[in-house]
Amino acid sequence: MPPSSTDYVRILPEIVLAVWGMAVMFAEPLLGPHTSRKGLGVFAALGCLLALGATVFQAQPAYAGFGFYNMLRVDHFSVFFHCVVILVALSTTLMSLDYLPAHKIDKGEYYALILLGAVGMCLMSSAVELVLIFIALEISSIASYILAGFRRHSAESTESAMKYFLLGSFATAFFLYGVALLFGATGSTNVFRIAEVLNTSAHIEPLAYIAVALIFTGLGFKVACAPFHIWTPDVYEGAPSPVVAFMSTAPKAAAFAVLIRLVIDTASPNWFWVIWVAAVLSMSVGNLGAILQSNIKRMLAYSSIAHAGYLMVAFASASNRELGISAAMFYSAAYAAMNVGAFAVISHMAGSHERFSSIDDYAGLGRRSPALAAALTFFLLSLIGIPITGGFFAKFYVFSAALRTHLIWLTLIGLVNSGMGSYYYLRVIVKMYMNEPRTTAPVPPVRLGVGLAIAISLIATLWLGVWPNAILHYTQGAPTILAGK
Amino acid sequence: MLDALTHIGTLHYLLVAAILFLIGMIGVITRRNVMIIFMCIELMLSAVNLNLLAFSRLWGLHGQVFALFIAADAAAEAAVGLGILIAFFRNRTTVNVDEVDLLKW
Repeated sequence: MPPSSTDYVRILPEIVLAVWGMAVMFAEPLLGPHTSRKGLGVFAALGCLLALGATVFQAQPAYAGFGFYNMLRVDHFSVFFHCVVILVALSTTLMSLDYLPAHKIDKGEYYALILLGAVGMCLMSSAVELVLIFIALEISSIASYILAGFRRHSAESTESAMKYFLLGSFATAFFLYGVALLFGATGSTNVFRIAEVLNTSAHIEPLAYIAVALIFTGLGFKVACAPFHIWTPDVYEGAPSPVVAFMSTAPKAAAFAVLIRLVIDTASPNWFWVIWVAAVLSMSVGNLGAILQSNIKRMLAYSSIAHAGYLMVAFASASNRELGISAAMFYSAAYAAMNVGAFAVISHMAGSHERFSSIDDYAGLGRRSPALAAALTFFLLSLIGIPITGGFFAKFYVFSAALRTHLIWLTLIGLVNSGMGSYYYLRVIVKMYMNEPRTTAPVPPVRLGVGLAIAISLIATLWLGVWPNAILHYTQGAPTILAGK
Repeated sequence: MLDALTHIGTLHYLLVAAILFLIGMIGVITRRNVMIIFMCIELMLSAVNLNLLAFSRLWGLHGQVFALFIAADAAAEAAVGLGILIAFFRNRTTVNVDEVDLLKW
């Protein structure tokens, strides 16, 4: 029985992204060695827009459900994460248009890798079959490994790629071992079938416990939650700034989607305390580490560990499915919007060879470039969680979900951590507005690409902060249809 | 006793796989040469394949198909890994992980 046309609609965004990615690859060698690759970047951005359109088309009720012999499933949940991933890919492409020539790495493969990586991340959010989840995870990881080392003449960039690659494939091996054991314990590779076996059988194989622990180890690495966070600061510091914007948000959101489907949604044994401990550790390690940093990319790397911790708080309260999972989805979208925005500003400021990435380089930015300083301030305030930004409602929903499921201690630790976190974000803002500039050299003018990327993030952050209801309502529709309930 | 030795069951395969996985893991943690770390990771993936094949005896073909995909993925990962290694070597002329120390703290 061949797949029906409905099946193809269910992977339409992935098809568009993959075709566009390959077209960029084919076009790259046809261009001369000295031709600008900006056209390819614009072409890639167009592909992202089309994929976004395909996702909207796919979101019609007629196409919801399983596709390709129960390999994947289109529902609110997958459509939501598709939109997040594709918007992040779009913003990254736009902010790279001028970054790449400025750093003499103007190559078409870069855009192709972003598009193909996005294919993997999109598939991760809709896959309900262990084999497909694994393949999608690897597509996204391998693309990120290469992108991290894209400034290949810089020792820092290649070092970060190597660390990412070695630790990443190490973590993948753990994930796979867990998946193999889960297959052994339940006899199926389909997430829904696994959930059925785990929930109905009176006796749970001890293998299943080990399997869940190993799978969490592998996914914990991908989302950079403590104690699997060691790679994050090094990789984020060395990798090109637009790539960090991409890989600190999109693969993370996708890995959280897998975590929800594979660990929480199947009601895997004993996941609660694992998540609880990981949440507390990530929040504390991330915030304490960030306070000590002098490099802004490294500081935001630690902050991303802390934010993974806040997301884990939402997961810990997923015993109330509606609250927990919808809060987690909202948080991952808000985090993607504000972090991409912050890194768009940073990649514009970086200068050749990423020279200006110390926090001191941002001194006096309020006078040197008021618009950029205002944008960065807005994103940092959102990362703190100040009202009218997306970060505020994200934190609000997470902590109210935790309170309503009676996780008092976890909420308290989270709030203390939020307070601690505001110190290092505010430090950057104070530097920008109250210190004298280090140089009098003018900030390079903001080009259209970076400007658009900042604008998209700004609008998304503001929208999530002022009218969160529509998005929240959408995310609340997701948990009820997960696991076929 | 003799029966346990002469009759090879699924459990034996799982034990061999677990040992193989542990050897790979210890290798990744203790070795200092990037190439050898890399080979140890491949060893861990082989352990996973052995596991899947053993479970296929119980549950059917799913495991064998999965193992094929893992083999293909290991090849893709090797290609990318060696590329990154060469790029790194050109910048630093070393493959010793103790000297991978530009980025820390």
